[in-house]
Amino acid sequence: MKLTLALAQINTKLGDIDANLENHLALAHSAWKQGADLLIFPELSLTGYVLQDLAASVARLPNDQDPHLRKLLQASKDLDMIVGFVEADSRHRFYIASAYLSDGKITHLHRKVYLPTYGIFDEKRYFAAGNSFRAFDTKFGRAGILICEDFWHVSSPYTLWLDGADLFFLTSASPGRGITDEIIGSAQWVQDINRAYSGLFTSFFAHANRVGFEDGLNFFGGSTVFDPDGRLVTRAPFNEEGLTLAELDLAQLRRTRTRLPLLRDEQPELVQRELQRILGK
Amino acid sequence: MNIDLSINPDLVRDLLTRFLRSEISRTGLTRAVIGISGGIDSALVAFLAAEALGAKNVLGVRMPYKSSSQDSLDHAMLVIETLGIPHKTIPITEMADGLIQKFPEMSNMRKGNIMARSRMITLYDQSEAFQGLVIGTGNKTEILLGYSTLYGDGAHAINPIGDLYKAQVRQLSRAIGVPQPIIDKPPSADLWAGQTDEQELGFTYEEADKLLYLLVDQRYTPEEAIEAGFARQFVETVIRRIRRNHFKRVMPVVAKITTRTVGYDFLYLRDWGT
Repeated sequence: MKLTLALAQINTKLGDIDANLENHLALAHSAWKQGADLLIFPELSLTGYVLQDLAASVARLPNDQDPHLRKLLQASKDLDMIVGFVEADSRHRFYIASAYLSDGKITHLHRKVYLPTYGIFDEKRYFAAGNSFRAFDTKFGRAGILICEDFWHVSSPYTLWLDGADLFFLTSASPGRGITDEIIGSAQWVQDINRAYSGLFTSFFAHANRVGFEDGLNFFGGSTVFDPDGRLVTRAPFNEEGLTLAELDLAQLRRTRTRLPLLRDEQPELVQRELQRILGK
Repeated sequence: MNIDLSINPDLVRDLLTRFLRSEISRTGLTRAVIGISGGIDSALVAFLAAEALGAKNVLGVRMPYKSSSQDSLDHAMLVIETLGIPHKTIPITEMADGLIQKFPEMSNMRKGNIMARSRMITLYDQSEAFQGLVIGTGNKTEILLGYSTLYGDGAHAINPIGDLYKAQVRQLSRAIGVPQPIIDKPPSADLWAGQTDEQELGFTYEEADKLLYLLVDQRYTPEEAIEAGFARQFVETVIRRIRRNHFKRVMPVVAKITTRTVGYDFLYLRDWGT
């Protein structure tokens, strides 16, 4: 089975959902015309990233009553989509969320668990943290979503892997840092861990990062797809807006895992025992 | 200890020209106004801006005071002519002397600040006339040491080189083609004859860059910096300068007395809505 992925490496207007929605719909149409099955938008793609006090005003309940989400749900009848937004719950807590939209429905919603609040980041000041990593079924296989800092904790993809995910969809609004090497320092780190994860979990890892500036912060793009052998399938250009398509041969999962049965030999019960011992101390 | 401050100039050049284009265009403008002093910092910023916006969209302004050196004026013109940018020469002597002459005993420090602030007024006036943003030219070394005049050269809309140490400014300037004499000459604020930055600071930029890199970027403690080979007195001097000049790096302090206050819990980026 083949899956044609499209990575939407976009810039956003800070706090302007109308403008960002328009861009989403245009890209969805373009990706669909190019034959994409699934289009992945970056973290907070509908709102922009450094929201600060804008967070509450751009937050949306995740249902088809919301006029913006309704239009995206409509578009998801043509192709599946992952979109990033600020989710409000009924009690006015705000989450950094990514929703999987398919055939007019939200089939999965991931709330960012790890909210970086150090250095240039201040997410806990504005957002509530999610509390679960759950794999979910798509037309193309079982998948998991992680948002930026989530995937800097190795337990996050590990949990999704044990929950059955073969397809990992990572979204970021990652600010660039480091100017000494061939590429931006933080771009190198992100690429290195995507490569490492795809090989260690013998799974597909697609990462959609945004571009553009918010004040002095630069989002570097360089979105990637790695296959279960840890090989780079495609990489979008750094700093340039655009759609990047990649055709994934899902049969690669069988070939790689036959050669390298890391999933078969994994011992989650051992991990459970040891975690119980460590946490019981 | 080998402290390497070298950068990838191609990467930085690309990032900074993108930064200038993005942060100028989202204000609704397409142009920039830069005070060209004849020194390396403003030369580099002019080169970056010309590359980012096109030469015709960058106004280079020379603002000599009567004691400014001819070298400074000539080097500023060398930058302007190399880039082919529109330019103006607006002497600030009358403007500055209007105040300076009222106080015969005025110190060099006061005079220097008046000159820097006269230039700020001139640039912001040209900003409106040319419809361009005033671009800052302070580097990271200067900003950390507080070697600038508050609301003088410290006043601008955006600054592309404020996260580059002096040595990195030199490296990028070489890569982007800033004329050699400007790269080679000793840095000077040129507020009075014969002034050089290093003489006034009491240490060299090379030493300061390396120490600041350890203290700020690498988060060394003062003791660790001393163990790494820096003299205790130098480390203490630099740390004192960083702390004492912090007021130049922050917005004026507002007394918080209500439930929501600008700067404390009314927080938005400048790029809000764009």
